[in-house]
Amino acid sequence: MKTLLKILLAASLAVSAGAKEIKLLNVSYDPTRELYAEYNNAFAKYWKARTGDDVVVSQSHGGSGKQAQSVINGLEADVVTLALAYDIDAISTQARSLPADWQKRLPNNSTPYTSTIVFLIRKGNPRQIKDWDDLVKKGVGVVVPNPKTSGGARWAYLAAYAYALEHNNNDDAAARGFIQKLYKNVPVLDSGARGSTVTFAQRQIGDVLLAWENEAHLALKEFGADNFEIVTPSLSILAEPPVSVVDKTVRRHGTAEVAKAYLEYLYSDEGQDIAGKNFYRPRNEKAAAKYASRFASLKLVGIDQVFGGWAKAQKTHFADGGVFDQIFQP
Amino acid sequence: MLDITIVANRLFRYRKNSVLPGFRLTLGFTLFYLGLIVLIPLGAVFWKTSTLTWSQFWQTISMPTAMASYRLTFGASFLAALVNAFFGLIVAWVLVRYEFFGKKIIDSLVDLPFALPTAVAGITLASLYAQNGWIGQLLAPLGIKVANTQIGVFIALTFIGLPFIVRTVQPILEDLDPELEEAAASLGANRWQVFWRVILPMLTPALLTGFALAFARALGEYGSVIFIAGNIPMKTQITPVIIMGELDMFDYGKATAIAVVMLVVSFLLLLGINVLQWWTNRYNTTNLA
Repeated sequence: MKTLLKILLAASLAVSAGAKEIKLLNVSYDPTRELYAEYNNAFAKYWKARTGDDVVVSQSHGGSGKQAQSVINGLEADVVTLALAYDIDAISTQARSLPADWQKRLPNNSTPYTSTIVFLIRKGNPRQIKDWDDLVKKGVGVVVPNPKTSGGARWAYLAAYAYALEHNNNDDAAARGFIQKLYKNVPVLDSGARGSTVTFAQRQIGDVLLAWENEAHLALKEFGADNFEIVTPSLSILAEPPVSVVDKTVRRHGTAEVAKAYLEYLYSDEGQDIAGKNFYRPRNEKAAAKYASRFASLKLVGIDQVFGGWAKAQKTHFADGGVFDQIFQP
Repeated sequence: MLDITIVANRLFRYRKNSVLPGFRLTLGFTLFYLGLIVLIPLGAVFWKTSTLTWSQFWQTISMPTAMASYRLTFGASFLAALVNAFFGLIVAWVLVRYEFFGKKIIDSLVDLPFALPTAVAGITLASLYAQNGWIGQLLAPLGIKVANTQIGVFIALTFIGLPFIVRTVQPILEDLDPELEEAAASLGANRWQVFWRVILPMLTPALLTGFALAFARALGEYGSVIFIAGNIPMKTQITPVIIMGELDMFDYGKATAIAVVMLVVSFLLLLGINVLQWWTNRYNTTNLA
């Protein structure tokens, strides 16, 4: 016992005498748990080798909108890695914690990796679900979270809408009709992506789950490839989950340099490799080539091209009285 | 002159003379405490709402999805409290009036909905009543769907409300003098008359309190309902979910506007129940005196 104490004492002295320990808080959204658990270790090693300091990154996960709210309400995030730019915009406009042009500070719209929305279906595909058209057929149960409360669900909604536009010569009315039929087939609107995964995979509700591509692969791993399959539709949305330093916090914490490096390292070969490994589509060509077999090729459309950016999409589709509200009116 | 002083005394006598000292001090504490814990947060809700203009306020609270959610939230909460008032009374009656094996265990079971985290309750109920769940699969052949319907909302609210009725009625029932019932019987009242004319009037104030508590609890319930409701707009979406949706879109003003509606309506309903309770109580004591 005494020797143990001595060792502990010596160890703690050694730590305090040696390198600094830096703490970072990364506030992220739901399906990035596994990605950042792995990335944080890799970054800690890299930072130790570069500067000799220890860096411990804590993670916080939840629905993207709720996480942004927590930061607005004072959660001291050094960096935010959220599901959509709209949520980081909100931190910028509501709390003025970062400049309005934050998205220009890092390459590729500050999104080091991309993702998309795919279908998770039950093994053997009993409902013959191949593309978006099959989701609006009578009797098909579609599980998806509420776009008002979930970032992933907003991407899913926009993916379906973009598909309908493409197949109806960009006719808005036809696309609305399609979306209305689609959401008529939704038995449960959970508040977040993980909730919907549980509803579909564990509670066995519905025939298809509209999921983040990485979440679908994780579900396959978690719940068994003998129970589920992934179907990639012909067209989907290019989802860009962005990252940013929260200037106000890093200034106070004195962590500006390490927080910036933390996000920049996501673009390095190692960071990109970890993203690919965790089923996010890497930007880097080398990593993209390495993991190409995991990601089926499909037509990916951007929100800026089809919907004129987040602010506009938000106002037209998800705000009160918007298209999403209208499709539920009798 | 005399009349005026009496009237003035009545009007301004904000306290009754009491033999207990410390009235001012304790009232001061009461107001301070209530202010800190209740009034300041509620005041903040009203304050935040005032960032909206009247027309924005009206537009928000009268959205079709919000209107549908009020109907569901208030309707299901009222029904659940009503059902609990009936069955809770029976449970309390059995626990007070009879001795049987396992009574202590049943007595503590009643408190379980209090103690259980609401999310746990919600997930449990949802998996029980899902179409492939233990209870759901028995109901499915009868064409009854519970999970992801309004019935599911009602069941979750009934579950969380039960202890309120039992725990408010139980002590009153325990204090009830059996001699009163014997007297009534000896005067020729049959069993139904004894219950209806003697026991029930004495229990009514406690029942109303329990009802009000269960109702209020159900109105604010979130955790257990969202798992079993399905949360489909216009159908199974309770008002707290609408509020969460507004918050997630950073519309704090709109979120608090809907919260204000909940608060005002709940307050009025609870006030009404309190008045009713005061009235029945007064009727009771004068009759007994």
